[in-house]
Amino acid sequence: MIYVGVDVGSSNTKVVLLEEDGKLLGSAIRRSGTDFSAAAELCLGDALRAACLERESCEMRTVSTGYGRRNVAFSDGDRTEISCHARGCFHFFPQAATIIDIGGQDNKVIQLDYAGRRTGFKMNRKCAAGTGAFLEEMALRLDIPLGELNGLAQQSTEVVELGSYCTVFTATEVLEKIRQGRKVPDIVKGLFLSVVKRVLEMDSMGERVVITGGVIAFNPYLATMLEEIIERPVLVPPYPQLTGAWGAALLASEL
Amino acid sequence: MATEIQATKTMRKIMADHFFELDRAAKDGRPRIAWCTSVGPAELLRGMGFLVYFPENHGAMLGATRMAASCIPRANSVGYSPDICSYLTSDIGAYLMRTTPLQKAYQIEAVPRPDVLVFNTNQCRDVKDWFAWYAREFKVPLIGVHSYHNIGEITDFELRDIAKQIEGLIPTLEEVSGEKFDVDRFRDAVRLSRETSQLWRACLEAAAAIPSPWSFFDATIHMGPAVVARGTQEAVDYYRILLAELQQRIQNQVAAVEGERHRLYWEGMPIWGKLRSLSELFASLKTSVVASTYCNSWIFDQLDPAEPFESMARAYTELFIVRDEAYKERYIENCHDLFRFDGIIFHDAKTCPNNTNNRYGMPARLAKKLGIPAITINGDLSDLRCYSEEQARTQIEAFIEQLEGR
Repeated sequence: MIYVGVDVGSSNTKVVLLEEDGKLLGSAIRRSGTDFSAAAELCLGDALRAACLERESCEMRTVSTGYGRRNVAFSDGDRTEISCHARGCFHFFPQAATIIDIGGQDNKVIQLDYAGRRTGFKMNRKCAAGTGAFLEEMALRLDIPLGELNGLAQQSTEVVELGSYCTVFTATEVLEKIRQGRKVPDIVKGLFLSVVKRVLEMDSMGERVVITGGVIAFNPYLATMLEEIIERPVLVPPYPQLTGAWGAALLASEL
Repeated sequence: MATEIQATKTMRKIMADHFFELDRAAKDGRPRIAWCTSVGPAELLRGMGFLVYFPENHGAMLGATRMAASCIPRANSVGYSPDICSYLTSDIGAYLMRTTPLQKAYQIEAVPRPDVLVFNTNQCRDVKDWFAWYAREFKVPLIGVHSYHNIGEITDFELRDIAKQIEGLIPTLEEVSGEKFDVDRFRDAVRLSRETSQLWRACLEAAAAIPSPWSFFDATIHMGPAVVARGTQEAVDYYRILLAELQQRIQNQVAAVEGERHRLYWEGMPIWGKLRSLSELFASLKTSVVASTYCNSWIFDQLDPAEPFESMARAYTELFIVRDEAYKERYIENCHDLFRFDGIIFHDAKTCPNNTNNRYGMPARLAKKLGIPAITINGDLSDLRCYSEEQARTQIEAFIEQLEGR
């Protein structure tokens, strides 16, 4: 039996294939696009190819999650991404923790007890400030490829504090900072700081903090900045973008 | 499929008759029509022979029919902010657009023209501003009661003041109606309102049964007569019918949600345009929303025909919405004792801060006190631009998954 976790997120679809003993067989990531169902199918195909497996010869059990969780035709059940991220994180760090998931369109802060039970969770309000969408918009405004943000933020010598709450207002503020001649790396670090602040506003942080999601996978410097602010280590699972799908695959094994 | 509540037909007739009667009066010029806030001095108005129309009820209809979506921007365009009460903006917008849900529901062309507008600011300041717009539009008197807010212990001073304010409405009302105030008629309206209220409470408390015979979503519909017809014999008769049916459902173990596994409390305004989809979502999760602050807000047990002014003052001042956080928390704790719910949903209604109670830390405090989880859903009573269906759905599903894991 292969346990499949499919996380159809607002930006990307992720698939994780696990063996019965929990070993990773393969994984894949592709853009979710506008057809979630097709994205899930294609992503499963990618993951199977990566694992050198033929779909016809595999017995699979699947749990889907993410915004498109109900669009996965081959799913045997769906769970919210909150449950899946919690399950995935607890697999890598089996202890009471506060989990931060920074996604493409929403952020979550999940509180787990010592047994991995969820004691509470918060999602961002109906506003994309502090999410991946915020960084994407800002990269576009600054005409910087998304993949370069992390490196630029690391080069900063003097962070530019941005005061606005809203993505659109922040963009205006960024343009103002450019006009003032502030350095791009300092502005980018300011954007990162804005993401960290938005997350910290959502809920209290426990003793142990774990951070997951696509944004952290590509911008690990965010975890470093978070550590500096909360003055304790921040744990990042081995495949932060795949944590939700991983959790879904683990839940599939428990169906 | 849950079994339908049979009393619904009678309720629909009462609501239809209410609007037909108002429409006739508007055309004939008699009886006089008073517009009143939902928790305003309706008993006094009825006791003085007015027909009473409730713009908040119209606001809820605009929300439920989703007409609000096109009406709100119209009011925004004449200077009413999208951040203020969406009942107000949708209602004024609808008036400006010469539209109303009454057209489709009852073939009534327009809302009934008021002869007087009577508010009570116990709901919020917006109701006064809302009525003020119509006072200018129709050139009719605007009178009302200015209530106290954030009250802990209620003092005699506050009660005396509110009673005096209610009494102070009489001269204007006499002038508009052309009739002298008759205290016995007033007492009768108070008596009927109290009976309505007691029966409404009994109906709501029927949801304490496990499984619950009806849900918050049913109650938001069946509260219509408690709002628009309290103070009339029809409302009293209606809630007798409904209560008997609910008791029968309890006896027969008829559940609002088949296979009820979880019970929740809804704090805050309904999301009118999403009642059906939310009701179906909760049903699919085997979850019954058994109680709410909102539906409880039309319980006025304190009304007493022997002391009509004083008891009205008490009823409209002991109300949840005007009380302080400590009182509100105790109130929900008491509801928890009665209804035995497993979690609380707070609705943060963007344009209704007065009827939104999550913003000062209450969910965390109550979750700790009661040992049950709470979540906050962002939305609005009528402005669906403030509501993300997918986000809300994910939150609710995740909340139920959390309850399952406990």
